[in-house]
Amino acid sequence: MRQVFVDTVEEVMRHDPRVVVVLAEISRDAFRPQERVVNVGIREQAMVGVGAGLALTGMRPVVHSYAPFLVERPFEQVKLDFGHQDVGGVLVSIGASYDDPAWGRTHQAPGDVALFDTLPGWTVHVPGHPEEVGPLVRRALAGDDRVYIRLSLRRNASPHPVVEGFTEVRRGARGVVVAVGPVLDTVLAATAGVDVTVLYATTVRPFDAAGLLAAVRGGRANDVLLVEPYLEGTSAHLVAEALADVPHRLRSLGVRRDAELRAYGTAEDHDSAHDLDVPGVAAAVRRMFGPPAAAA
Amino acid sequence: MTVQSEPGHADLPALFRRMTGDEKHEWAAASTLDVLWVLYDRVLDVSPDRVDDPDRDRFLLSKGHGPMVYYAVLAAKGFLEPSLLDDWTSWGSPLGQHPDRVLVAGAEIGSGSLGHGLPLAVGTALGLRLQGRSARTVVLVGDAELDEGSNHEAIALAGRFGLDSLTTVVVDNESGTHGWPGGVAARFAVEGWQTSTVDGRDHGALHDALTQAHPGRPLVVVAKVEGER
Repeated sequence: MRQVFVDTVEEVMRHDPRVVVVLAEISRDAFRPQERVVNVGIREQAMVGVGAGLALTGMRPVVHSYAPFLVERPFEQVKLDFGHQDVGGVLVSIGASYDDPAWGRTHQAPGDVALFDTLPGWTVHVPGHPEEVGPLVRRALAGDDRVYIRLSLRRNASPHPVVEGFTEVRRGARGVVVAVGPVLDTVLAATAGVDVTVLYATTVRPFDAAGLLAAVRGGRANDVLLVEPYLEGTSAHLVAEALADVPHRLRSLGVRRDAELRAYGTAEDHDSAHDLDVPGVAAAVRRMFGPPAAAA
Repeated sequence: MTVQSEPGHADLPALFRRMTGDEKHEWAAASTLDVLWVLYDRVLDVSPDRVDDPDRDRFLLSKGHGPMVYYAVLAAKGFLEPSLLDDWTSWGSPLGQHPDRVLVAGAEIGSGSLGHGLPLAVGTALGLRLQGRSARTVVLVGDAELDEGSNHEAIALAGRFGLDSLTTVVVDNESGTHGWPGGVAARFAVEGWQTSTVDGRDHGALHDALTQAHPGRPLVVVAKVEGER
């Protein structure tokens, strides 16, 4: 995904003089050196502040680093230098929740999307395939708003067309499963043979409340399983809002909140620890929607 | 430049009093009074009818606390309707204890939390340079504000980038608890900035310091004023 991001930004920069990239060492070798690629060194507060300063002059900054160092360390700069100053920018992270768990907790940011939920006006994209990255980046660069794009090494086997709301990947009657970004393949495997609707999201903010409500109304049961590749329940409040007038059940899967896992290993190990692997999601699906048709 | 009907320095106390009701000339002790006046009266290329001109100079008030002098100067220079000063900080007033750029035409940034203005100024100066514009960027910080590490990230960067359109004014009333041994200017000098330390009440000295040539590197003017916390 990172390579597609870099290639897309460089291509757009050739004809759009507004676009300028601000880095803090990470990915410095991925971009070809030029005047409008600014590496500030290991200075993440300045990275975000400089990006916002560039926006104050009318430019379109792309601020990029590893997720914890882009969102968490300079969070007040994100809040004030972009939000409070009311300027736009495109923040693009890599690393996601635990792309490289051998590096430990310092390089994990499962709370990034939840943090953006504390700030008004941010669009949040979570692509699930490298081919989805290009259109999302292109659209973000063409705008003036505040956009966060969360890139990951995790991916689905095939891309889906990038649309604004949720995409119905499968239709069923016993409820709705919302799969965000890279968890789609896991969700599809875990719901095989289960009569549920599966919605796929690459854009989680704004949240497609109308799409979810329509999907819920299209089935027989108002049951929603939300599966997100970051902190569990991050979008639960928006599901509750979307279904405010519909008696419903909601269960949320994601990176667990109750404990810090002091373990390294692989991303797949961490999926298992958070019940975000196929058996874990399938167990939640079974509890909520009953067993698959073949086993019933 | 100055038209006869325009308010002058002598009108600032009255404007200040509209906010504070102060009868004890507290305004005169405000640490930023003279720096702000010299900047707006004689240094910055700004005017109320050009607040969106991409070639205007940029003044970023990073030390947003105690903005009465700033509002008074903006009112004296026509950016603010003076009657707005009378009910400042009330619901519906655009003027708060910390300025908000969205609410105040002519305020380049909203400030209040310390340590944000200098990195924003570096980005602003960089953006203007990338667009081939020669406008100046001037940012005002306090000596205690320099405690915030984000400033030091920006000081190093501006020096390395040779941002010669950038000026930092440090209003130094020695209010930082732990101080700056060797002086504030030394922190900038080591990063390649041109430095001047002047009497922050001396309009002539401030003007000369703020208008000196500093090719190839950013400028810091340390304006020393008597202690006021």
